[in-house]
Amino acid sequence: MFRKLPDPACATVAVTVDGQAMRVATHETAASAALLAAMGATRTSPVNGEPRAPFCMMGVCYDCLMVIDGVPSRQACLVPVRDGMRIERQAGARALAFGSAETADV
Amino acid sequence: MSETFDLVVIGAGPAGLAAAAQAAELGLSAVVVDEQPEPGGQIYRAVERATKGPAAAALGADYAHGRQVVEAFRRSGAAYRPGLQVWQVEPSGEVLASDGQRSVAFAGRRALVAVGATERPVPIPGWTLPGVMGVGAGQILLKSSGMVPAGETWVVGSGPLPLLYMQQIIAAGGRIAGYIDTTPAANGFLAAPHLSAALRNLPYLRKGLKLRGALRRSGIPGHRADAVEAAGDGRVERVRFRSGGTWHEKPCDLLLLHEGVVPNVHVTMAIGCAHEWDERQECFRPRLDEWGCTDIAAILVAGDCGGIEGARAAEARGRLVALGAAASLGRIDDATRDRMARPLRRELRRHLPIRPFLDTLFRPRRGLTAPADAVIACRCESVTAGQVRETVRIGAVGPNQAKSFIRCGMGPCQGRMCGLTVTGIIAEATGRTPAEVGFFRIRPPLKPLTLGELAALGEDSGT
Repeated sequence: MFRKLPDPACATVAVTVDGQAMRVATHETAASAALLAAMGATRTSPVNGEPRAPFCMMGVCYDCLMVIDGVPSRQACLVPVRDGMRIERQAGARALAFGSAETADV
Repeated sequence: MSETFDLVVIGAGPAGLAAAAQAAELGLSAVVVDEQPEPGGQIYRAVERATKGPAAAALGADYAHGRQVVEAFRRSGAAYRPGLQVWQVEPSGEVLASDGQRSVAFAGRRALVAVGATERPVPIPGWTLPGVMGVGAGQILLKSSGMVPAGETWVVGSGPLPLLYMQQIIAAGGRIAGYIDTTPAANGFLAAPHLSAALRNLPYLRKGLKLRGALRRSGIPGHRADAVEAAGDGRVERVRFRSGGTWHEKPCDLLLLHEGVVPNVHVTMAIGCAHEWDERQECFRPRLDEWGCTDIAAILVAGDCGGIEGARAAEARGRLVALGAAASLGRIDDATRDRMARPLRRELRRHLPIRPFLDTLFRPRRGLTAPADAVIACRCESVTAGQVRETVRIGAVGPNQAKSFIRCGMGPCQGRMCGLTVTGIIAEATGRTPAEVGFFRIRPPLKPLTLGELAALGEDSGT
């Protein structure tokens, strides 16, 4: 879908996208890294399982919700990459981790 | 614990940055809270580093101007808190924002909502397939990541942005398979009466003509269509469009949609500010006076979230609102405010006369906001236009009832992607105007928030 314009001076970090190791520019977001990995669907709809992927890239549509470093339902387009970041496809509704206040949405 | 500021600005686009800089120059304490990691908003996204990056030449001079806006802000001494999502704004001017782990509160004597515009929803068959995105999304990837489309890319829609984006992609060495122009042919006629006013903005008109010329020379095939569909198994593989009554089908890996931009009104609606329907721009916007004041004293608005006027006008609006705030807080007298406002109002007159022409020329095609039954209106909850119509048949009188019946607008985006469509469908089905039908009632929190974070806020602040 997308390719990077050559930018040799650009510093990179190591991330994994659905288990696939890759180096991406330090200024990528988890969503742009997922687009570069050409993984297609980045989540499935919790309502009917339909495949979805980033749509607006500006924090509005919530279609880029992914599991990032183990935390579900992060807006991938708003999360800057970090060295060692794990970016994973999210399947349906994220699980509620009882006992962990971090993952319970209101 | 909340930090107190004279002016808490939400949004680091041209309006917010200019307002904060102006406020700081007048001696007000100001902070800009923004959800992106870098200043500039969407229009000047990543401008501090992108003007040196591989796409710099392709992005052009209008984009590079953003660097001055950001530099003036950086020099001004106003505080800057990036990476924070605002989830609540109180009518008192208090602003609550989250970094994803914990929340912080800013007590503003005035709160300025400068959250810009969003792309108008484009509900067509197949628009939820991976590989279908906004043209704005494509341009964000160009600005912030130096990314250009690869494979069979089709651009669909109407307005200046698709033309600008295609020209930028060609200049950057990318390729576009084709452009499907959905601007209704009759719009040219309707816009003609506004042309003489638009001539006062000759530089804008010239830019538009240059873009069209560049597009013709680029050799990108152009089609005019009144219906478009995306199709594919698990991702977009084909685009179908109806041109001159005949359907055409082309292979497609990336489909970029755009039907103009609309004010991002969720913040002002959640606060409870009065809004009105803008007939010419087909959107809701907050009711504002000439200093950007809403009907709630502590809440101010500047830039495209108060009505679409473009980036340069947003900058002037931001400065005007800062002047108004300084005067209402007693830091400058009214005569000083009015004297300082004069060049800004002149600046606005340089940018606004073309708007009626642009709004009419690129007015969205009829039926865009009331699509066929099978089309998904609400992406979050996968609710179709037909399901919304069914709620009307069983008695729903407005968007809020439709929402409680079938959850449209109740997902994580909270109606940002379907609000205008749901209003449009109900207006069409009941024979009322969008103004009469109204919009979803927007409730806090403005962004999803963890319970843990909410609880921690109570512990920290003792409230």
